[in-house]
Amino acid sequence: MLYFASFFLGKLNRHAIPTDMVTLGAAVSIVLGLIFGAILITYFHKWKYLWKEWLTSVDHKKIGIMYIIVAVLMLIRGGVDALMLRGQQATSVGVHHGYLSSSTFAQVFSAHGTIMIFFAAMGLMFGIINLVLPLQIGSRDVAFPFMNLTSFWLFVAGMVLVNVSLGIGDFSAAGWLAYPPLSELRYSPTVGVDYWIWSLEIAGIGSLLSGVNFFTTILKTRAPGMSLTKMPMFAWSVLCTTSLIIFAFPILTVTLTLLYLDRTMGMHFFTAAAGGNMMMYVNLIWAWGHPEVYILILPAFGIFSEIVATFSHKRLFGYRTMVGALVSITVLSFTVWLHHFFTMGAGADVNGFFGIMTMVIAIPTGVKIFNWLFTMYKGRIKFSQSMLWFFGFVGLFTVGGVAGVILAMPPADFQLHNSLFLVAHFHTMIVGGVLFGYFAGLSYWFPKIFGYKLNEKLGRISFYLWFSGFLLAFVPLYILGLLGATRRIDHYSASLGWQPLFIIAGLGVLVIASGVFMMIIQHLVSFINRDKLKDKTGDPWNGKTLEWSVSSPAPFYNFASIPVVHSRDFYWDIKNIIKHEPKEITDVLMPKNSNHAPIIGFISILFGFSMVWHIWWLSLVSLLLIIIVIFNRFNDENPNYLLRAEEIIEIEQSHLRLKES
Amino acid sequence: MTATSQQFEIEHVSLADLRKEESPSIFENVSFGFFVYLMTDLVLFASLFAVYAVLHKNIANGPSGYNIFNLNTVLAETLLLLTSSFTCGLTLLSLRTKKKITVLTNLAVTFLLGLGFLLIEINEFHHLVSIGDSWRVSGFLSSFFTLVGTHGLHITIGLIWMIYLAFRLYKTGFSRANLRRFTIFTLFWHFLDVIWIFIFTVVYLMGMLKL
Repeated sequence: MLYFASFFLGKLNRHAIPTDMVTLGAAVSIVLGLIFGAILITYFHKWKYLWKEWLTSVDHKKIGIMYIIVAVLMLIRGGVDALMLRGQQATSVGVHHGYLSSSTFAQVFSAHGTIMIFFAAMGLMFGIINLVLPLQIGSRDVAFPFMNLTSFWLFVAGMVLVNVSLGIGDFSAAGWLAYPPLSELRYSPTVGVDYWIWSLEIAGIGSLLSGVNFFTTILKTRAPGMSLTKMPMFAWSVLCTTSLIIFAFPILTVTLTLLYLDRTMGMHFFTAAAGGNMMMYVNLIWAWGHPEVYILILPAFGIFSEIVATFSHKRLFGYRTMVGALVSITVLSFTVWLHHFFTMGAGADVNGFFGIMTMVIAIPTGVKIFNWLFTMYKGRIKFSQSMLWFFGFVGLFTVGGVAGVILAMPPADFQLHNSLFLVAHFHTMIVGGVLFGYFAGLSYWFPKIFGYKLNEKLGRISFYLWFSGFLLAFVPLYILGLLGATRRIDHYSASLGWQPLFIIAGLGVLVIASGVFMMIIQHLVSFINRDKLKDKTGDPWNGKTLEWSVSSPAPFYNFASIPVVHSRDFYWDIKNIIKHEPKEITDVLMPKNSNHAPIIGFISILFGFSMVWHIWWLSLVSLLLIIIVIFNRFNDENPNYLLRAEEIIEIEQSHLRLKES
Repeated sequence: MTATSQQFEIEHVSLADLRKEESPSIFENVSFGFFVYLMTDLVLFASLFAVYAVLHKNIANGPSGYNIFNLNTVLAETLLLLTSSFTCGLTLLSLRTKKKITVLTNLAVTFLLGLGFLLIEINEFHHLVSIGDSWRVSGFLSSFFTLVGTHGLHITIGLIWMIYLAFRLYKTGFSRANLRRFTIFTLFWHFLDVIWIFIFTVVYLMGMLKL
């Protein structure tokens, strides 16, 4: 009897349901939220619409929107985690022990880091790339539309696995990068680390496929005439980001697999005994992890390059140096990973090399900052909400960057390693750099996606709340780090006098939360006033790149006829200098929607779950099913349909009528 | 008219055919994209090689490569795989003959050679485990089994892929889509050959040097 249970269910049994009230509450509220959503969809009879128009759509704009919805949900979940951490650290002092147990606290900070990087930041990044990139390079879609949808569903599968761990089993308590030996079976015997491994493995493969997809899209499907040196800066940044993905993500796949083999097959890659080498794990994970932070920031650089030039009504200053800076950051980002563990004891020469390389990377970054400032110089700057995010970014990113240069000095790093100074540094880069960049991009391209602009005033209020909340939340952490507070502490002595600073940091997170709330209000208000905010022209900001030459929201075929590009800021030029005659509109082939991708995503959840719980028969079955689904897709000889020219002309004319009214 | 816009015109003139035959640009995109994917696979193997290089002396209380490798079987494996790479190239060339039987024969020979390689490898692994030198023994053996096994896993995927290719060709004949399928498979199979050359050299030949 017991044998059968362990065959069918692996390690799964009734003890997998958490008993801890906090975790249980979170799991129950997620389940209730899902049930509520399902009831709403059923009530409005939207299941069929949802499936046909969204979940199976290979249109890059719809995939982008779905990415952003998932990412925002994860941003909120990661934000709730952050609130819990701050609440614990503000109250757990001296005789008080806070409201979280040590193990729950460890799970919460592990989940916070994992979710924010992999599912919030990566999701927003792929969302924006999907929305903008094909339009910007004058393409009808990405190179491989079906693979694009599959990537999205693998991303969702990884996201689901992280959240399933709340209700069934537990999540990793070994930090967001799960260093061994703590993450080895001996010290983390529960399934938490396995959940971490498989959610990242599956989402990581999705990211890898997306990287290949967008790399090919940029190099192969640009509009005729758009040479690489005429390509918009955002497209350049995506080209660099995708090359980083191509080189970095396979290392993550290998590292996670080796850790899983250690834990499951009794291998000795990172164990303390039998010839394992745990520092190899740290090297491998950062050989992926350091490029990863550049994967996140480069698109933000690209977004700012578009926004600053557009809202200064000037061409981008130093296009060539901008490209040079992007490419050198791409190359250099692979030569600095060891600065994450100067304390490993690699010796002065090795530490010196990596310290210098880390400082060198500040040079191209500085070039970019100055190029943006020079772009604004003598420009007619419009203080839109997108520009406000840019101003916030310049200040914070420079401060965070200087903190990074401090950390790059090995002697200083020995003092600051794993302190809250480090935590404050990378949050400045990731919130002040990455997140502000994506918010700027979302408010900038919002009209292109939804056809109406966002309310400016509420957007500004939200920015000021975010910016001041950020300073409140993280300046105390810089100070605490210098005072010697280490990261990930769930309790400290009252005599240290740290509590006031932790309380201020906690209040800062509340201010950020009100900024998020204000964003939600902004979207609601803008939606209600969407007729007034409607973008009739398709070009609300006097844009300079191709995406503004089509109607808002962009038609599903993107371009009625593919433009032939002659210059860098092509759309400005056709509005002002060159006389542009669009080509004749012809029939086009469009990719059909696909049921296969969401099915692959669903089976991947089963596969990941069975690997976590050692339900081997289910792993085999789901792997076999995935192969069958893929072959079934490949057997489809007609993945495209013909879109008639008359249909395109009709849609284009209705846009023209709107423009003239 | 520039070269790029010319290309663009050609693509649109032949639109009527495209409903029967896929566009040449798909061939170009897919073969390029697949090549980029292979480069990610190369990074994957490079990481595994790096892991092997770090761990290959960590034999704990177990054997070293010198004690367990048998160069005769490795030679057999190498010959089988290199020959299969040759016949794989022949398969692609024979697509020009437009004779299904020729292509399928070449593909079958490639398949059998690949299968032979895989069986020898499985036998080697089975032998090592049965004499107690499994992946649980040491860091060296863990990395050996993982590196060589990952290559073997790729070969297995290649074998399944060949069955699929034979099935496609048999059913749908010599279309442009099938030419694309055979081309990217050939890329894949040659790539595995290159990886094997490195495994042969770094793992087996260098492993036979006494530590």
